[in-house]
Amino acid sequence: MRPVLYVFTFLAVIALGFWAYRENYATQEVLREVRSLQREIAGLREGLSVQKAEWAWLNRPERLRELVSLNFERVPLLPMDPGQFGATAGVAYPPPAVPAIDAPEGLAAGLGAGLAGQIGAVQAVIASSEEGL
Amino acid sequence: MRIPLRPLARILDARQKGENPDLIERENLAQRHEVIRDKGQPRASARLGLLALVFGCAYMTIGVRMGHLAASEPVEPVASAPGAEIVAQRADITDRNGRILATNMTTSALYAHPRDMVDPKGSARKLAAIFPDLKADDLERRFTDGRRFLWVRKILSPEQMQAVHEIGDPGLLFGPREMRLYPNGTLAAHVLGGYSFGAEGVHSAEVIGTAGIEKAMDARLRDPAQAGKPLELSLDLTVQATVEEVLSAGITMLNARGGAAIVMDVRTGEIIALASAPTFDPNDRPVPLVGKDDEPSDSPLFNRAVQGVYELGSAFKIFAAAQAMELGLVTPDTMVNANAPMSWGKHKIKEFQGKNYGPMLSVRGVIEKSSNVGTANIALMIGPQRQQAFLKSLGFFDPTPVELIEAPGAKPLIPRRWPEIVTITTSYGHGMSASPMHLAAAYASIANGGIYVKPTLIKQTGPASGVRVMSEKVAKDSVAMLRSVVTHGTASLAEVKGYEVAGKTGTADKPKKSGGYYKDKVINTFASTFPASNPRYVVIVTLDEPSDNSGPKPLRTAGWTSVPVAAEMIRRIAPLLDVRPLVDPITGTALTAAAN
Repeated sequence: MRPVLYVFTFLAVIALGFWAYRENYATQEVLREVRSLQREIAGLREGLSVQKAEWAWLNRPERLRELVSLNFERVPLLPMDPGQFGATAGVAYPPPAVPAIDAPEGLAAGLGAGLAGQIGAVQAVIASSEEGL
Repeated sequence: MRIPLRPLARILDARQKGENPDLIERENLAQRHEVIRDKGQPRASARLGLLALVFGCAYMTIGVRMGHLAASEPVEPVASAPGAEIVAQRADITDRNGRILATNMTTSALYAHPRDMVDPKGSARKLAAIFPDLKADDLERRFTDGRRFLWVRKILSPEQMQAVHEIGDPGLLFGPREMRLYPNGTLAAHVLGGYSFGAEGVHSAEVIGTAGIEKAMDARLRDPAQAGKPLELSLDLTVQATVEEVLSAGITMLNARGGAAIVMDVRTGEIIALASAPTFDPNDRPVPLVGKDDEPSDSPLFNRAVQGVYELGSAFKIFAAAQAMELGLVTPDTMVNANAPMSWGKHKIKEFQGKNYGPMLSVRGVIEKSSNVGTANIALMIGPQRQQAFLKSLGFFDPTPVELIEAPGAKPLIPRRWPEIVTITTSYGHGMSASPMHLAAAYASIANGGIYVKPTLIKQTGPASGVRVMSEKVAKDSVAMLRSVVTHGTASLAEVKGYEVAGKTGTADKPKKSGGYYKDKVINTFASTFPASNPRYVVIVTLDEPSDNSGPKPLRTAGWTSVPVAAEMIRRIAPLLDVRPLVDPITGTALTAAAN
């Protein structure tokens, strides 16, 4: 019985040794990966801080002011003014919608094609102005 | 072989001889114990030895580990998850809305190992071509005088670094550096201050604050536990930019030497904007003036809002009026003697341009017209002791508690003795000097319903709690008086439609170094609060030697200089501060439609 126990113990030691060997290398591999990830994170963080600094630099009030004056023709922006505030009671309702003009057929026939053409033009103008709104 | 304790043969023998047989038993027992002891001794000493060995090993392990820890370079733990700690060595500074005012950037420093250099002469020449401020001869001498190490540049731009790489000399080396960057340039320069490098090594350098909040809050900014958390200031970037723009435009138009402006929240004591002109770029901080004859205020580094201690003139009058009301001596409508000129001993107290607003004037009228004589008489009612105590409670006797390294050094100039003539002159802002920041805190205390507010540059979460310096009613009446200065008095140009500006002008002649006062050099101040019906902000504008030369005669009173600048400032910043203007209802577009 004893020799069998010895053999088993010996085999177990070898197996454990093999396991420890593999774990050791796996751990080292993981640590290497962690290190490279941390380096990447540090790099990204640095990049992020540079981006933030650049964003702040590009949005500095002095530059924005210059941009506004450069592009004043296209986008006329002015400093905020107390006159731009108002009470809600002072806001007018939108104008009521213009009812559609449907020319009665008899009328169109009676008045001739000219008037119908005019009505069509008015409708087109209304439609385009509504689109524009 | 075991020996019996009472061997029969010996016992019998002893009995025959008449001896005590018990002695034999004892003898044998002693022998037996000796044998046992002899057997146990080596085992016990072996155990002790083993124990000593185990302890020895343990101590050795600990000792070796300690020695190793002490002697080796510190390494960050690799296996733990990285937190936000090691982001930057110095925390960012942001405004109240999180917009960056100061941040860090990684760059490189250039150093040289002259002994490893292949071509010191050529490298010196090429380096001088890259950096125009370095001289080729100077560099060459330093490269060849036998030293092992020297710094060439503390900070390199990426382009410069590439150019140095292209020289390709193995003796030129780079070290990583973290530098401070102020992306907004000159904006809020006097608050931020500046930075420099402290202890420098090849692998890193300490970034330390040299002025402003960078130095005052240095410990907080360098605290590794808070490195990931930016320091939030009370400043609002947009308001600050607007205030600086208006102030510098005002200075140019009014030919002033400089100026300062403060915008403060009266409820929390937060400083929303703090500007001083002329200004500088904290990224490239100028050298301080060190000459003997140099005035510190000539340097752009001088913070006029905090360091500039001036006689603030008539802006002080409201304190005399408020205190007299608080003491129950007067009401806004009490008539006081304002008959000018007033003689006091050998002194004569006159009004502006020798006018006379008297013989009697109401307290409100004294403030509206800015009567020196009227204020002097109110101050005499109060008396020196009570006047001092009141000004002290408003913070005029101590440096301001603002978080700037310059603040504790800017002590107000208080007369050593306080006879009645000092009481008189102090009541209209002469004879004692304080900074615009002191004035802002005192006005904020009036505007805050009579509770003293401590000015601060750090973002606050709620209203400040302070000591009550006057009753709510007196504070309200004082603000109403300040409002009438704008509607009826000396600051009519401060009227901004919808914002009910209330304030007091102050024109003070500049004192000469040799004694006496200049006739044509003034410090003009306008201290204001808005909206008067429910004060939210205090605005202080101070101009140094302004003069409006657009008319036939130069105008130097605050009403023509600081007041229009402050009015424009309020017109521009009030919408940014979400202060709703009181608007007149628009007539003519009244609603008629009932439904839609």
